[in-house]
Amino acid sequence: MTTSAATARSGDVLRRSADWARRAPLLPALIFTIVVTQLPFVVTLIVSFMDWNAYYPDERGFTGLTNYKRVLTDVNMRDAILTTVLLTVTVVLVSLFLGLVIALLLDRKFIGRGAVRTMMITPFLVVPVAAALLWKHALFNPEYGLLNGMITAVWRLFGSDHPPQPDWISTMPLVSVETALIWQWTPFMMLILLAGLQGRPLDVIEAARIDGAGSWQIFRYMTFPHLRQYLELGALLGSIYIVQNFDAVFTITSGGLGTANLPYTIYQTFYQAHDYGRASAAGVVVVIGTIIIATFALRTVSSLFREETSR
Amino acid sequence: MTSITDTAPVPASRTTEGAARRTRPPRSGMILGMVAWLIGILFVLPVLWMLLTSLHSEAASATNPPSIAAPLTLQGYREFFGASSGASPWPPLLNSVTASVLSTVLVLLFAIPAAYALSIRPVRKWTDVLFFFLSTKMLPVVAGLLPIYLFAQVAGLLDNVWLLIVLYTSMNLPIAVWMMRSFLAEVPVEMLEAAAMDGAGLVRTLREIVAPVVLPGIAATSLICFIFSWNELLFARVLTGTVAQTAPVFLTGFVTSQGLFLAKVCAAALVVSLPVIIAGFAAQDKLVQGLSLGAVK
Repeated sequence: MTTSAATARSGDVLRRSADWARRAPLLPALIFTIVVTQLPFVVTLIVSFMDWNAYYPDERGFTGLTNYKRVLTDVNMRDAILTTVLLTVTVVLVSLFLGLVIALLLDRKFIGRGAVRTMMITPFLVVPVAAALLWKHALFNPEYGLLNGMITAVWRLFGSDHPPQPDWISTMPLVSVETALIWQWTPFMMLILLAGLQGRPLDVIEAARIDGAGSWQIFRYMTFPHLRQYLELGALLGSIYIVQNFDAVFTITSGGLGTANLPYTIYQTFYQAHDYGRASAAGVVVVIGTIIIATFALRTVSSLFREETSR
Repeated sequence: MTSITDTAPVPASRTTEGAARRTRPPRSGMILGMVAWLIGILFVLPVLWMLLTSLHSEAASATNPPSIAAPLTLQGYREFFGASSGASPWPPLLNSVTASVLSTVLVLLFAIPAAYALSIRPVRKWTDVLFFFLSTKMLPVVAGLLPIYLFAQVAGLLDNVWLLIVLYTSMNLPIAVWMMRSFLAEVPVEMLEAAAMDGAGLVRTLREIVAPVVLPGIAATSLICFIFSWNELLFARVLTGTVAQTAPVFLTGFVTSQGLFLAKVCAAALVVSLPVIIAGFAAQDKLVQGLSLGAVK
């Protein structure tokens, strides 16, 4: 009786130490991630209930939900939420659509396919700040930007001396930011979708063709369902990055003209207005919003993931 | 990775185009090829324009209509490297290299053992752990910025490149864990056991079974981590000053000068982007693997 209990216990100990041996390689990464990414957020949560402005250090103290009331009733903050949603949805959907069209074109054999693919990738490889500077100064500039320069050249060609010279960024600020972002993110979507296209089961498609299925039918009933998970993956990863976009808004419009998204607004509240309490409350609001979206997004990835591991 | 022609119709050109293609495949194929070329040129045009402008004089780069055939000069690059301002771009560039390379090395040191514990010898509930890592990536960076700033202020780490290295490591670690896990999952575990039974040493096992699968994964992971660290602006902008400033921060401060600056800015933007462009071109397939978190091989 005692011996069997002892062996059971020692087996227990053995199993537990084996478990820890398995966990050991995981722990450094896990602890590092929790300390660097989760701990700051706990601090943000605490500061969000505080009245804390670096300009008035004496007035520091807890104020309950005041910051949240201010954040949720602040017109700027509500505009920022709307801008963030609009910016993210527009950029993700347009670049996904363009990426799909281009991926379908690149999935065919034609002369110089590799060269076109390389050309398509280039925008994604330009450093985001550099890309934003390029669009702002070299392309959108109303006096000597390439867009208006080309308009002038075309108008001259037809003998007109009064070409329209729109001030792109002032007249359509959000579209300007979106254009620059779509230019950078279309290659990203294209790469993921092209890889998805090339992983299609070609023999099945060949069989469908022999059975008399048209190109549209093959796209609608075979290619598209296969691509769906890649479209979802592209949309998810694109959203993660574009929701957090700071570089383009900061560089192209400095958050002016109604283009201030949440990251930029929070950056401003904290870095320029030094209102730590309100910036933190806004941060918490963003996180809650992100968690709601992320729950859906994670479900998408996990379905993709199950499919991959079951293969 | 072979692909056959004619399997991918463009959604816009469904019925008529599809019917026409069956009778005259070569011509419609050629037209679609030309469309692809056109779109490719359209997308690369801004970059080519940046290159051309960077090689023009300031006066020639600020004309309307554009002076395409203006004489080429390296003045823009000389200005970027501090010909008249005296501000050298080398310290920021060096900071960027330091932060990107060291954070990538750290990421690999953390991610590879973690990926091992999530694939080859998985812990219990390993999928939960994997999704925890991904969820941290969704937490907006800006929500943690203030505490990190305050911590850095107290700890005296503001304007210190090591702070950026730690932050970039945490920023890229979830991606790297996902990628390395998907590569390590391809290591044939039965072959590892067979090798152990045959008495193959650790070095030989690593070299002949593990390395061929894992090395391409490490390359893809490094490339992605390097690119994201090199590009990062928000942390670098808030947490560094004159000493630890990185290349993107240096770039944002570049247009405040008076007068014409377009050629100079284009030269600067190109030089700063060059490492990423070269790395990306050299490893296009790795780029895809990385961007899809290893889901696409």
